[in-house]
Amino acid sequence: MTATTLASLLDQKPVLLADGATGTNFFEQGLGPGDPPEFWNLDAPEKVTELHQAFVDAGSDIILTNTFGSNAPRLKLHKAQDRVFEYNSAGAKLARAVADAADRPVVVAGSVGPTGELFEPLGAMTYDDAVKAFVDQMEGLKDGGADVAWIETMSAKEEMKAAADAANICGLPYVVTASFDTAGMTMMGLPPSAMPHLLDSLEKRPMAVGANCGVGASDLLMSVLSMSEQPGDMVIVAKANCGIPQVKGDQVEYTGTPDLMADYIRLAVDSGARIIGGCCGTSPVHLAAMRSALDAHEKGARPDEAKIVETIGAIVNPVSSGANKPPRRSRRRDR
Amino acid sequence: MSDDDDIILSELDDEELVLQMHDDLYDGLKEEIAEAVNILLARAWTPYDILTKALVEGMRIVGIDFRDGILFVPEVLLAAGAMKEGMGILRPLLTETGAPKVGTMVVGTVKGDIHDIGKNLVGMMMEGAGFDVIDLGINTPVEDYLAAIEEHKPDILGMSALLTTTMPYMKVVIDTMKEMGIRDKHIVLVGGAPLNEEFGMAIGADAYCRDAAVAVETAKEWMARKHNQKTSA
Repeated sequence: MTATTLASLLDQKPVLLADGATGTNFFEQGLGPGDPPEFWNLDAPEKVTELHQAFVDAGSDIILTNTFGSNAPRLKLHKAQDRVFEYNSAGAKLARAVADAADRPVVVAGSVGPTGELFEPLGAMTYDDAVKAFVDQMEGLKDGGADVAWIETMSAKEEMKAAADAANICGLPYVVTASFDTAGMTMMGLPPSAMPHLLDSLEKRPMAVGANCGVGASDLLMSVLSMSEQPGDMVIVAKANCGIPQVKGDQVEYTGTPDLMADYIRLAVDSGARIIGGCCGTSPVHLAAMRSALDAHEKGARPDEAKIVETIGAIVNPVSSGANKPPRRSRRRDR
Repeated sequence: MSDDDDIILSELDDEELVLQMHDDLYDGLKEEIAEAVNILLARAWTPYDILTKALVEGMRIVGIDFRDGILFVPEVLLAAGAMKEGMGILRPLLTETGAPKVGTMVVGTVKGDIHDIGKNLVGMMMEGAGFDVIDLGINTPVEDYLAAIEEHKPDILGMSALLTTTMPYMKVVIDTMKEMGIRDKHIVLVGGAPLNEEFGMAIGADAYCRDAAVAVETAKEWMARKHNQKTSA
């Protein structure tokens, strides 16, 4: 497989199926709370392979590497900041091996999550340091055979740009998705409508942009609608949590059933997404239901909020009714 | 008053100045907050009153608009920065003026989680309310909580998590405290966006606190109970 796999698959098929969750499935496989999932790339590679294989068997066209937190600022929390290349290269190789053994083309997407640092002036991270951290990670992903850098769960515009710059420096095609978890926007206040043209100034634009994680699947579909109505022909990604995270006793459970995720993928297609998967809570069983639903579905009319809520459930975190009201009071003095 | 008029903070009466401070906190204006704190001190306000009526009340308004999706993290961080500026002036005075020491709290964001905005606000407001606060920062493993408990003998242990994938770690900490037989020696408060009351109870915390202001109220309440228990014992 070559780095052009994602582009050629997008040419061949109207909609591609990505994979489901990594973290929450690893909990099922025995990962302890607070433990870094990427350590398994070296310490328990058979479990990582097992999950990739399960998603490929369920019908994924794209699998994401287990490297979400494998950048130096995050690995530093586990005193492993010197092993960025190792974890990323190993993670990409595990996914690559599963993809290459499949009887159809499967894209290996190198997962790149946020650094967790705030950028200047709010925090200490400089733009250049962020680019460097992402380049270091992506070099490892490229070495291990990733087809594309999959920049995800982002919230700050500068961080997305830094990661996109890094992908261009490494010569990797890239995809960028953000988490719209705060009143319909990212926690930094970026609306989904900004995504399709966010990186227009860069030498190479993303192959796709979209939404992942966030809160509920209904919320995510609203973000997708907002992105797909923008001008241009940007490919839109939808990777929603499996329903809504709900606290049950001391556990977090996701409300999504395989049937609900089948409804979700049909609505995501109708909403204009061309790459669709699941995020937290989405197991291979859910993904198989999504595959069948996708294969049997003819793209229908664009849904509205009422249709989404009726089919998938209430919006958890709606756009604030006050979001467009003028600032409360501004300081009445020249500064 | 026209938009072009400069506000001279020192010319505002107390009531207007406090309202202006709420606005300035909302807008994250550090220098203006510092200036206003000093003006109120010069007018013989107690540090505690400045803290609660001007700063904490201002942050409460910020908190409401954050909750309602009108403000986002960047604005809240700027507001917290302005509050910190005011706290920098008030902190030594609060100790000096013998604002009653209410208790000691050890607080930290749990292992695997790097989100500290809410936890920092809790720390500042608890300090403001007269608690000694020992902040363990982010990504705190159970060993660090235990070491801090051993060293500082806090009345209260506070844990924060923003992720559904990290909040179960709170139970790891509480279970370890139980095994060691020290769970009941401390008040355990938990907070963070994905948590709720049910979760707090299920993992064996004493209380779940929805936001920083609730954390302060809850902490005070539990301290009073603890005190009553001691007196009646």
